[in-house]
Amino acid sequence: MSETIDKGRRQLLTAATTLTGAVGVAFAAVPFLASWKPSARAKALGAPVEIDISKLDPGAMLKIEWRGKPVWVVRRTPEMIDRLGAAEPFLADPGSERSRQPEYARNPSRAVNPEYLVVLGVCTHLGCAPMSRFEPGDAELTTASPGDWPGGFYCPCHGSKFDLSGRVFRGVPAPTNLEVPPYTFADSGHIIIGQDQGSAA
Amino acid sequence: MATQEAPAPTGRMAALGAWIDARFPMKKMWDEHAAQYYAPKNFNFWYYFGSLAMFVLALQIVTGIFLTMSYKPSAEEAFGSVEYIMRDVEWGWLLRYLHSTGASAFFIVVYLHMFRALLYGSHRKPRELIWILGVLIYLALMAEAFFGYLLPWGNMSYWGAQVIVSLFGSFPVIGEGLVEWIRGDYFISDITLNRFFALHVVALPLVLIFLVVAHLLALHEVGSNNPDGIEIKKNKGPDGHPLDGVRFHPYYTVKDLFGLGVFLVLFAAVVFFAPEMGGLFLEAPNFEPANPLLTPPHIAPVWYFTPYYAMLRAVPAFAGTQVWGVLVMFAAILVLFFVPWLDRSPVRSIRYRGPIYKTALMLFAATFIMLGYCGLKPAAEPFKTLSVIGTIYYFVFFLAMPWYTRIEKTKPEPARVTK
Repeated sequence: MSETIDKGRRQLLTAATTLTGAVGVAFAAVPFLASWKPSARAKALGAPVEIDISKLDPGAMLKIEWRGKPVWVVRRTPEMIDRLGAAEPFLADPGSERSRQPEYARNPSRAVNPEYLVVLGVCTHLGCAPMSRFEPGDAELTTASPGDWPGGFYCPCHGSKFDLSGRVFRGVPAPTNLEVPPYTFADSGHIIIGQDQGSAA
Repeated sequence: MATQEAPAPTGRMAALGAWIDARFPMKKMWDEHAAQYYAPKNFNFWYYFGSLAMFVLALQIVTGIFLTMSYKPSAEEAFGSVEYIMRDVEWGWLLRYLHSTGASAFFIVVYLHMFRALLYGSHRKPRELIWILGVLIYLALMAEAFFGYLLPWGNMSYWGAQVIVSLFGSFPVIGEGLVEWIRGDYFISDITLNRFFALHVVALPLVLIFLVVAHLLALHEVGSNNPDGIEIKKNKGPDGHPLDGVRFHPYYTVKDLFGLGVFLVLFAAVVFFAPEMGGLFLEAPNFEPANPLLTPPHIAPVWYFTPYYAMLRAVPAFAGTQVWGVLVMFAAILVLFFVPWLDRSPVRSIRYRGPIYKTALMLFAATFIMLGYCGLKPAAEPFKTLSVIGTIYYFVFFLAMPWYTRIEKTKPEPARVTK
């Protein structure tokens, strides 16, 4: 055995050991980190839900729960649909270019059938639940939406406003329109939330 | 030194001590950290809050352990089990109020402790690591408080967690996946509650204890700063101990015990007479069980988070994302790590600084409180404008520090500590 220390060799061995150990730690971390992902049960509970809309009155709103999120179904009256155009100059994303919705809901009414609006009742700012303020001309809400309040949704947390298609107004904290979940009409009186238009269950 | 020592005890106890010391550094540790730890003799009121923070940490751990004995971390049972603790468990109400009031007390003493550092320059060289460890403790404490706040499973717990977890969703690309990973579900659910419980009662307390030990070891390595901001180690007596230092024990153990007594009087007054503190310490919507379909009319985090919440709300969304507010909020914490290097004043203590730093610091304290108040209020005027002004000043205070601390004329520091 030589009396001198081969520093270069020692350094190489130290580096190699450290690197091998680090790779091992990285692999060992995977199961721990992955255990935080939605479990099989959570995924199963997130399956599509069918709702009955045959008894929904015009102008009324139905709230149901899908994946723990409130899904709102609003049966819009012809007047409500007419008012959608009036608010457009004050909207941040009237064409839903930057917003999240299935392609079949990227239109002014943001719906498959303009009569039925289906949106997630979750503010796109920080996830609060906006309130329905369908009456047009609400004095409290008219201030920051030039022109009259056309009716829509108002988030009490940070003051975001949305029209009756869930489209966000300019100058409020929410960056995008209310999200439209995937949904499809099972028949004229039933909607399946969580399943895309024209796809099999 | 030996002349100051009490006569060495003899007999069985001494024999036991010697037996232990031969096997474990008991006396060595006691001497290093208490009996022979020389602290500046001129500590004042502001120096109570470090020991008080340690007391509150111990209180939170003890009350927390006993609360877990009756608490059930599931969405079905959590709210009910907290009511059970309040109504049916003997003295359960006291355990819970001590814990909930302790959380607020923790932040009060920690904020005062941090302010003390800014007053006397306790973060300056060679104490940068003490400060950094302290900021890490503050971060861990915020995480601990956040996870703990979900556990009662009240409606404000639920929506507070919803808002804070959603913050991570604003990051481009990874946001959505990240949020799903944190929650372990598509919404804040039983799964989320269960893991927050594990983090609150096991993971973060361990991190906190580790950081506190590191904070103290770093402190005892370099020695304490003092209200004059000068090094007492520069003037040592013939015995090798600083002339302006006194032994931590018994001098400061006794002083800190007195401080603890005063603190406990105030603390008990809150626990027994105002545990909800008018909705500040326990918020009214939290007396209703969590309801994923019903947002409370006004969501505000608990008071100790509200300065950052105000900053979050002060930043408008642009380029189609509201990630900017989140980044500003994180930056507000991140900037704290750099304070030891941002401060370029030739002196440490506010006593020898000029009017610029004095004004800037007082204005900073006022701004922080104002931001906290704005964060409690709905997002309306005048709070929106005040939040914007406050946020700007918060960053100006830190980012302009290298300039205004350097140009300022300072008074000469004394050679020895003053009273």
